[in-house]
Amino acid sequence: MKVPLSWLKEFVEIDLSLPELAYRLTMAGLEVEEIRLVGLPMPAEAHEFKIEGLSWDPDKIVVAQIEEVMPHPNADRLVLCRLYDGRETLTVLTGAPNLFPYKGQGPLPKPLKVAYAREGARLYDGHQPGFVLTTLKRTKIRGVESFSMVCSEKELGISEEHEGIIILDDDAPVGMPLVDYMGDAVLEIAILPNMIRAASILGVARELAALTGKPLRQPPLPPFERGASIEGRAAIQITDPDLNPRFVLGLIEGVTPRPSPYWVQRRLRLAGMRPINSVVDATNYVMLMLGEPLHAFDYDVLLTRAGGKPPTIITRPAREGERLTTLDGVERTLEPYMILVTDTAGPLSLAGIMGGLESEVTEATRNVLLEGATWNPINVRRAASALRLSSEAAYRFARGVHPALAPEAVRVCLAYMAAWSGGRVAEGLVDAYPKPPVDPEVHLSEAEVRRWLGVSLRGEEVADLLRRLEFACQVQGETVIARVPPHRLDIGEGVIGKADLIEEIARLYGYDRLPETLPADPLPQQRNQPLLQAEEALRDVLVGLGLQEVVTYRLTSPEREARWLAPAEGDYTPPDYVRLANPIAPERSVMRRSLLAAVLEVAERNARLSERLAFFEIGPVFLPLPGQDLPEEPLRLALVLSGVRHLPAWDRAEPPLADFFDLKGILEEMAEALHVPHWRIEPASYPSLHPGKSAVLYSGERELGYLGEVHPLVKARYDFGPAPVLVAELDATALLSLVPERFEVQGVPVYPPVIEDIAVVVDESVPAAQVESIIRQAGGKMLTRVHLFDVFRGEQIGAGKKSLAYNLTYQAPDHTLTDAEAAQIRQKIIRRLEQTLGARLRS
Amino acid sequence: MDDVLEINELDALQARALQELEAVNDEAALQAWRVAHLGRNAPLMQIFSRLGQLPKEVRPQVGQRANQVKQALEAALEERAAALRAAALRRALESERLDVTLPGRRPELGRLHPTTRTLRRIVHIFAEMGFQVYRSREVESDAYNFELLNMPAHHPARDLWDTFYTTTSGVLLRTHTSPGQIHVMRERAPQPIRVILPGMCYRYEQISARSEIQFNQVEVLAVGRNITFSDLKGTLNTFARRLFGEQARTRLRPSYFPFTEPSAEMDVECFVCGGKGCTVCKGSGWLEILGCGMVHPTVLQNGGYDPEEFGGFAAGMGVERITMLLHRIEDIRYFWANDVRFLSQF
Repeated sequence: MKVPLSWLKEFVEIDLSLPELAYRLTMAGLEVEEIRLVGLPMPAEAHEFKIEGLSWDPDKIVVAQIEEVMPHPNADRLVLCRLYDGRETLTVLTGAPNLFPYKGQGPLPKPLKVAYAREGARLYDGHQPGFVLTTLKRTKIRGVESFSMVCSEKELGISEEHEGIIILDDDAPVGMPLVDYMGDAVLEIAILPNMIRAASILGVARELAALTGKPLRQPPLPPFERGASIEGRAAIQITDPDLNPRFVLGLIEGVTPRPSPYWVQRRLRLAGMRPINSVVDATNYVMLMLGEPLHAFDYDVLLTRAGGKPPTIITRPAREGERLTTLDGVERTLEPYMILVTDTAGPLSLAGIMGGLESEVTEATRNVLLEGATWNPINVRRAASALRLSSEAAYRFARGVHPALAPEAVRVCLAYMAAWSGGRVAEGLVDAYPKPPVDPEVHLSEAEVRRWLGVSLRGEEVADLLRRLEFACQVQGETVIARVPPHRLDIGEGVIGKADLIEEIARLYGYDRLPETLPADPLPQQRNQPLLQAEEALRDVLVGLGLQEVVTYRLTSPEREARWLAPAEGDYTPPDYVRLANPIAPERSVMRRSLLAAVLEVAERNARLSERLAFFEIGPVFLPLPGQDLPEEPLRLALVLSGVRHLPAWDRAEPPLADFFDLKGILEEMAEALHVPHWRIEPASYPSLHPGKSAVLYSGERELGYLGEVHPLVKARYDFGPAPVLVAELDATALLSLVPERFEVQGVPVYPPVIEDIAVVVDESVPAAQVESIIRQAGGKMLTRVHLFDVFRGEQIGAGKKSLAYNLTYQAPDHTLTDAEAAQIRQKIIRRLEQTLGARLRS
Repeated sequence: MDDVLEINELDALQARALQELEAVNDEAALQAWRVAHLGRNAPLMQIFSRLGQLPKEVRPQVGQRANQVKQALEAALEERAAALRAAALRRALESERLDVTLPGRRPELGRLHPTTRTLRRIVHIFAEMGFQVYRSREVESDAYNFELLNMPAHHPARDLWDTFYTTTSGVLLRTHTSPGQIHVMRERAPQPIRVILPGMCYRYEQISARSEIQFNQVEVLAVGRNITFSDLKGTLNTFARRLFGEQARTRLRPSYFPFTEPSAEMDVECFVCGGKGCTVCKGSGWLEILGCGMVHPTVLQNGGYDPEEFGGFAAGMGVERITMLLHRIEDIRYFWANDVRFLSQF
């Protein structure tokens, strides 16, 4: 909401500087987002607000009068003005088209009052787009010297208008600094959804009066001529009071729509509205001033539609498929939740949103029927959003306008209409008010104020604060009974009303004055959160293992995920997804099912940026559940590893590429560091992985996820280099649930171990894990460590064979192991390997 | 007695040996010197072996002198050996000198995502005030995301959130972590509550430097019989001072959220310019960091708490926004782009 300071001052005295004013309003919930100076000087004090705009130099920009408009000797599109600026008479050059009608008419009988800028004045350049500051310099245009000018609104920063110069109202005093005559500032205030009552000059003034303690005042109405009574000239039928609680009509006859007085046009422009004519301007002016949107009908059009009889205005829901051409010229098809203002001949306007084209006020309008009504906010909101129509009226009605405002607004508007357009205001109003709202009465005790705000206020203090906002308050003992004033709909009843009042009290008391405490309420029982702790531990472990954490979009598309999920070969049917009804783009149309697909995209994007790719993410995937509305959201862990094993250094130029065992080592270390019980990794196959380089991580019998090298055909779907891409995706929910909150450790042995190496030759097909498992079984408790240190293939051991070399540690917890004991264990291990695997010892 | 032959010989021997030692410059020469002057066949040793044949009266005198010479030579040898070792070490150290300005060989350490870092800080600060983490789902029902939070269908406040809806009617992507308020209240009522609710939220917006379709939020919720607006102020100010520095000035500005009343926005004085106004705070000197307020009676009621008996406060903040402020990140799109050139800086 744009609030011109001069207008606000008509309703309440303001003795604060602009920054102080902005601060007070902001701290009361009327956030001043920006201040635009329109003539007034820039405040000297330090301030916390964005203040922009133009200050008018009082010496250089003044009110002047043009006494004669003369043709330019060398240019048809320019004129010379004889102008008096209060000091001297000068000749000023201008190309303003709105002076051309006066050209060559000799001395004007009624001089034109204008805004005159002398040499050296700081102005906006009227010929450049946007607002560019310039200093007025002496120049020669087509042989005529020019050192000063008459200004357009744009040049003074009032609006973008640069078609012609400003013609001030006749009462402007010549020679007066323009800033003193009409210098202003516009406060851009963000209106909160529950403060629509403040979306008017009166509304802001009321809040300001409550804050500063200055009285609220109503500017006097202009004098106007009264006509015959409205009685019998129009009737109203409301079919549903829930949709239309009140409808008021007033009548003015004999108007002549014309340009409004300059000060009205300027105010409308400063408030962000376009002046149209003096009839329409009056409706907008009063809406901005009082907050009640009004609508003017051409009364004669209504008479014609009613066959010459007085019109009956009927408000009702639209019928299915009914049509109306709104005054923007668009024919709209209506729905039954949209409310219509109609007459006996059909729809007239879209209630609370926009008028119809047919009954619109035009230059030819002479008699005006003026509507001030109240509409159901939900219907207005639904209709406006369905029709994608936004208007100042819809904005206000959708948030709730109190029906009590209507008659006063109609009366005030008719007075301005008469003052600016001529005509006689019919005596009285037609007022249909089938459903007056009951303004709630709220009881609030001192104890409740204390319980909500943590500050002790006496009943009288509370009542005083509320009275400033026009609540009618009674204090009974420690309880304040407050009646909501008849201009606001945001205060509820019962406990909600109490909360609403608490907010008003806190706002007026000042949030900054409230004390600062820590909760004295008992601390709730504190709980252990093992899953959350394990999740953070998992992050730390993976980061320590050299992986970069990423966080990816959870919105994706089936096509993106198919790159990973579709098997290397064979058909693929995309799974069921949580789908968006209103995706922002096709590639973000579903919720992801695969975390790994997203991390692979990250790796792909970074492939050219880094020789070593090592990423992980922990996050949810979204799996629709049959027969249920809401999906399952299990947590996953995804890892991607590719490129060099280590970053190259100046003395190790070409590090080896990471392979399956780098990834496996990371998972082994992760499982170990998190104390995952009974974990093991076993060969397995997975449709998108290399069939010979894939495995599954288990804890006991529970499968936690897969790991492996991406299948070459799947890898070809991505833009990766030649290095293998290693991936893993684990069920993080399961993994984290297995992380024990406590675990036990072994003592450090005191007796020396016996350490020896053995090399075993087995068939190539025998998995190393099986060999190790047999060694451990046979070795029993005394065998404390088995470490594979070499795998060898070669002629010496024969084709189809491999030699596995182990470093074995035997150790007893209670004595020094003898060589004989060690030899015994060793024999047992060898015998078992021979028997089970046909292995032989390599010497 | 001066003319005892052996004494003269010993003096000469010592002088010669010490003189020769001066020239010894390496370990081999030192060993050779030792053999020559202290070895079995050295002249000094021969004097010792000849002692028995000397006249009885000179024997003690010569013996004593020979011992003195031996000790002197041994001491000189030890000193020389030490000097040689020291010189050798010096040479070795000198030859091993590195260009220490060459880059180090770094082990690969990953980094946490910046969002995780900020989340951890926030969680940690609130944990010390007794607020524990509570998580809830991201695909939500309209009821939990809006209706139970005091926003029935067509409530104008719904305009504050541009929402992603799913193809299942009444199911949407949560626009804030506030649905978690209802979940936790329904789970715990009538016990007091102090939780924070971190998590991903979604908004239907055009992606730009300033807005994203997904973002992390942390919601703070306290419910009890005696929770006041002053407690809200104290708790959030404590938080802001710990996150932004003990000197950080804050202010609460009245605002509106449908699920709180009274509602406020918290601003912290711009720590980039100290409140003087800069591009980060857009000239205002203040940075908006969170929205907050007292839990609305309707929300308490929907959560299973009697609003006549219980009160509460709630606050919500954007994790990426705070991260951007803390690290002066200019573009929110960096967060989910996961470019290593961005991530590796954390």
